Amino acid sequence: MMESLFYIAAAVALSATVLALTRANAAHALIYLIVSLLAVAVLFFLMGAPFAAALEILIYAGAIMVLFVFVIMMLNLGEAGDAQERSGLRPRNWVIPGGMAALLFVELLFALQQEPALTSGVAVSPKEVGLALYGPYVLAVELASMLLMAGLVGAYHLGRRFIVRSGSDD
Amino acid sequence: MGGLQVPMEHVQVLAALLFSCGLLGLMLRRNIIFMLMSLEVMLNSAALAFVAAGAKWGQADGQIIFLLILAVAAAEISVGLGLVLQIQRRFKTLDMDAANRLRG
Amino acid sequence: MNSLALIPAFPLISAVLLMASTGRLPRQLAALLGVGSIGLSAFCVASVAQQFLADGQVREITLWTWMAVDNFTPGIAFYVDGLTIVMMSVITGIGFLIHLYSVEFMETDESFCRYFAYMNLFVAAMLLLVMADNLLLLYLGWEGVGVCSYLLVGFWYRDPDNGKAARKAFVVTRVGDTAMALGLLLLFTELGTLDIQPLMAAANAKWQVGDSLPVLATALLLGGALGKSAQLPLHTWLPDAMAGPTPVSALIHAATMVTAGVYLIARTHELFLLAPPTMTAIAWIGLATLLLAAFTALAQNDIKRILAYSTISQIGYMFLALGVGAFSAGIFHLMTHAFFKALLFLAAGAVIHCLHHEHNIFRMGGLRNRLPVVFASFLIGSAALAALPFTSGFYSKDSILLAAWSLPEIEPTLWAGGLLGALLTAIYSFRLVFIVFFGEATTEPDKQAGWKMAIPLIILCVLAAMGGWISQPLSNVFPATEGHAGVAHTVEYIGIAIPLIGLVIAYLLYLGRQVSISTITESPAGKALQKFWFSGARIDDLYHNVLVRPFTGFARLCRNEPVDLLYNSVVKLIQMCHRVLASLQTGELRWYATSMVFGLVLLIAIMLRNAS
Repeated sequence: MMESLFYIAAAVALSATVLALTRANAAHALIYLIVSLLAVAVLFFLMGAPFAAALEILIYAGAIMVLFVFVIMMLNLGEAGDAQERSGLRPRNWVIPGGMAALLFVELLFALQQEPALTSGVAVSPKEVGLALYGPYVLAVELASMLLMAGLVGAYHLGRRFIVRSGSDD
Repeated sequence: MGGLQVPMEHVQVLAALLFSCGLLGLMLRRNIIFMLMSLEVMLNSAALAFVAAGAKWGQADGQIIFLLILAVAAAEISVGLGLVLQIQRRFKTLDMDAANRLRG
Repeated sequence: MNSLALIPAFPLISAVLLMASTGRLPRQLAALLGVGSIGLSAFCVASVAQQFLADGQVREITLWTWMAVDNFTPGIAFYVDGLTIVMMSVITGIGFLIHLYSVEFMETDESFCRYFAYMNLFVAAMLLLVMADNLLLLYLGWEGVGVCSYLLVGFWYRDPDNGKAARKAFVVTRVGDTAMALGLLLLFTELGTLDIQPLMAAANAKWQVGDSLPVLATALLLGGALGKSAQLPLHTWLPDAMAGPTPVSALIHAATMVTAGVYLIARTHELFLLAPPTMTAIAWIGLATLLLAAFTALAQNDIKRILAYSTISQIGYMFLALGVGAFSAGIFHLMTHAFFKALLFLAAGAVIHCLHHEHNIFRMGGLRNRLPVVFASFLIGSAALAALPFTSGFYSKDSILLAAWSLPEIEPTLWAGGLLGALLTAIYSFRLVFIVFFGEATTEPDKQAGWKMAIPLIILCVLAAMGGWISQPLSNVFPATEGHAGVAHTVEYIGIAIPLIGLVIAYLLYLGRQVSISTITESPAGKALQKFWFSGARIDDLYHNVLVRPFTGFARLCRNEPVDLLYNSVVKLIQMCHRVLASLQTGELRWYATSMVFGLVLLIAIMLRNAS
């Protein structure tokens, strides 16, 4: 029964992603994406990685996607944006991207051929993750923090003028 | 609690499928918001593959990589969305085909 | 100073002075310089000739060495024998008369000084040519007269047609000059010297009669002679050269320059005697030219062009004489031709001068009462040209015809052709006389010829009439030809009768009008013939189509620089590649993403293939 849960979650993730990428309205697409991320979190739980699952929900779906939502609301595109998007989604435009993506998928399938293996079924607890993180991987932590600092400064700088100027009508 | 014992192949195939979808979205959509969303999807699928690999060996490394991917995604998206705001201000549209002044 | 050196020096110095004056000398002074220098030269020539006739000694003098390169040391040196005396007398004597005539002819022209400068330069170059001791100095004179011909034909340079005629003269003779230069190079390479007398001795020692080398060398020299003397196929320049002033035509294109070719062959006759094929060629070319030119002269209506074609025809006679080995006869005809042709040209010039520059004979007429001196000159000159009995032309032409008849191997064709030419000569020369001087006057003369024109005309009349009795001091120069003793008298009588028959025909056609010329010229065949002969047997057209048009067509092709096409195509190829590559940079994010994916797909495919 638990296996079927895995496949259900996988199906939800896949379909939600496909739906997210084919909507005309950005807000709708975002919501679908959030659903997809939640489904992937379920997958993580099922594979025995609770910490990853929690982080997925908290940060990925909870922070990053919310940031997306904020920006879209700020841009306030409206109906005109929807019409524009729909015109770009005509079947004619799908040929090349669809073909290339399919080709890549086929190649990845070829690359994934190996003797069958199973996940271990052992859960890796947050404690182990923490010990590994501040043990062998501490350098990575420092670098990640520097990256986040850079991102912070960049985002502040790039967004600053917009906020200042948006008061006066541009 | 323990975890499931699922065939690795299936998880990796799912990850590959999600990656292809993300790629499709990147090539297909003209709106910069959707392009960034597709990038997120691709990053997510890579993270899924890593976590699955870590689950197979029962080690923490998979989740650590997942954490780092998350950090990268966060930094990238914050800067990216700042740029989106600037693009909207300059080009009055989010259509990336309008921003082709670097053409040869 | 030796009087030999003075002979070319006087005209040369005068030319330099006149040129240096840049045209600012008063006319009297320029005329004095121009005419006086030739007169002084003529005086020196007369004294040298008198001495030569007394003692028969060949005179040589070397002024200085021109250049000294290895074994090649030509000098500025003169060699005067009987042949040179004859040529110098003709040049300076007739030159003096023509210069005197020019003073009146050119009196209203603004470039008076320039004219006499060029004429004197010409006489100096021609004297160098005939007095030269070596072929290189001869070639210097040869080129000098070519340049002066160009300068004088294009004298009225403001009209571009005159420039074209001058260029045509220069270029066509240049073709001949190049052949001659090659001949000189060949002779020098084979015989080691260009001094004429040693050259001929070396040739006789080294080569047998009929060897291929003398044939080649003489054929090349013949090429030069053909160009300068306006024979087939290089004769097309002479009729157009009539664009120059009439005294120029008289001096250069009747009496002196065009005889340079004849002089060359006569001077190097021993070389030519070593090459019988070339001699035969000379005779046949002479015959062909004289007939062609005679026919063409019949169809012309410009007074000077008729005389030009007549000159070509008479020089054909001289070539005929040289070709059959009758060198003395050829030179004799050269002298008499100089007399009567200069007379005819000067008289024609007087007609043109008095009729305010009318050239078309059909617009003249009835001038015998209005210009009596000119009429008399024309009559005597034409009689000499047609070789009516007892004129100078009669004696010279007859000796040529008899020589053609009495060759060891009889060539009756040459003799018959010469007779036909004589008939035609009589017809066209009297055609000219009857049309211009008889009938009704169409254009009235507005002035009479002055004394400066009349006196040269009278002197030349006397020479043309009596010149046949001048005996030439040529006995030591040329080998003796077969005598005329064995010739039947009928041949001589035919030679006397033919010109008279021609006179009668011309009378019937153009004066008495018993036979109407217009019925012949109006018929379709007649019209076609008239057009054909008027254009000089279409030879100019032939040259234009065969030589000029391919060349200009090729030049037009090359105008777009076809060689650059290769380099330009390389550039264009690279530019095309650039355009293709630049078009890949669309600036669109989606396009870049797609191309990245494309590359990714390829890479993974390759890696998979390598891994499997």
